[in-house]
Amino acid sequence: MLKTSKTLKTSLSLALAVAGATLFLQPSIARAADIIVGDLVISKPWTRVTPPGAKVAGGFVTITNNGKAADRLIGGTAEIAGHMEIHEMTMDGGIMKMHEVAGGLEIKPGETVELKPGSYHVMFMDLKAAPVEGTPVKGTLKFKNAGETKLAYDVAPLGAKSAGDMDHGKMDNGANDMKQMQDHKHGQ
Amino acid sequence: MANSSGMLKKIRLAALAAIAVLAAGYGVFMLGAARQSNLGLPGAVKIGAPFELTRMDGSHFSSKALAGKPYAIFFGFTNCPDICPTTLLEMTEHLQALGPKANDLNVLFVTVDPTRDTAEHLKLYLSAFDPRIIGLTGTPDEIKAVAKSYHVYYEKVPSTDGSDYTMNHTASVYLMDKDSNLVSTLSFQEPQEARQTKLENLLKG
Repeated sequence: MLKTSKTLKTSLSLALAVAGATLFLQPSIARAADIIVGDLVISKPWTRVTPPGAKVAGGFVTITNNGKAADRLIGGTAEIAGHMEIHEMTMDGGIMKMHEVAGGLEIKPGETVELKPGSYHVMFMDLKAAPVEGTPVKGTLKFKNAGETKLAYDVAPLGAKSAGDMDHGKMDNGANDMKQMQDHKHGQ
Repeated sequence: MANSSGMLKKIRLAALAAIAVLAAGYGVFMLGAARQSNLGLPGAVKIGAPFELTRMDGSHFSSKALAGKPYAIFFGFTNCPDICPTTLLEMTEHLQALGPKANDLNVLFVTVDPTRDTAEHLKLYLSAFDPRIIGLTGTPDEIKAVAKSYHVYYEKVPSTDGSDYTMNHTASVYLMDKDSNLVSTLSFQEPQEARQTKLENLLKG
């Protein structure tokens, strides 16, 4: 009886330990929870490592408007940047064009706008510190109607093309040192 | 009744004829578009001319050093959040995939923002990428001349409050053969495999 109880105790504490470890590990595995501000849902904020000496970095985030009226992303801050602007990158006949989105970025009712490489992004300018992989970049986003919210951008590796991009290269034919990152491979 | 059916037939015929004309027109249009998008060889247009610039270690660089080897040349600036680091990283990966063959290729990154991109700053920035990529800067006039000869467009875009600026610029990578003739271009919008093949073909000469 004593023995059984001891075994039970052991397995119970083992189970608790496993559960505890799972709970403890969870935040590093799961994506940061969506942020809700007014009628807006803000998800997957991310940025990426910049080359040394870089003075700018792009920030990316997905915004869904569940409301009945349009809203606008009009600004914000990032703790690593002197200031932040909302930019759009476009390709025009082989020419890369970058411009500030005048009057802010509109998010129509019922629509989801994804800020992503090669498109809309928040531009962290006059960088005070470089983004470091594994250390989220804290900041705020300001909307015309919904107001201001805090958020933290996950930091992906240099040149990542999406938030979960641990293997931006997609190079399977070359023996390169990016290989060790390939167990994080994702579908694009 | 017979009349209206005859009328219907006529309308149907006219509609068919209209569709045929439209389809033919579209075909001709698409042929033209396809021809225009064929970047294979520029024919009479000469891209690139001899130039003198400054390497990122501060030493002088003459395009004469490129003779006899194919090269890739592209333009950008370090205050660029997206396409320039992406292109530099892709080039790094291409060079790694080429292995020792990459030593038969010169890769040049020319800044279009020489005021901010000093040799020293370029050296720091490019330290994140393959050391075989040669960073080049120069005086605004030198950069202007090189860009012009490669038909590269660039312009400053001031920020709204005027305190800062970004640049618009041609993003293509020009692939030049050992005699400095344009062979092809790379775009970050095409698949990596396609770019790798173009580089391998360039090295085959």
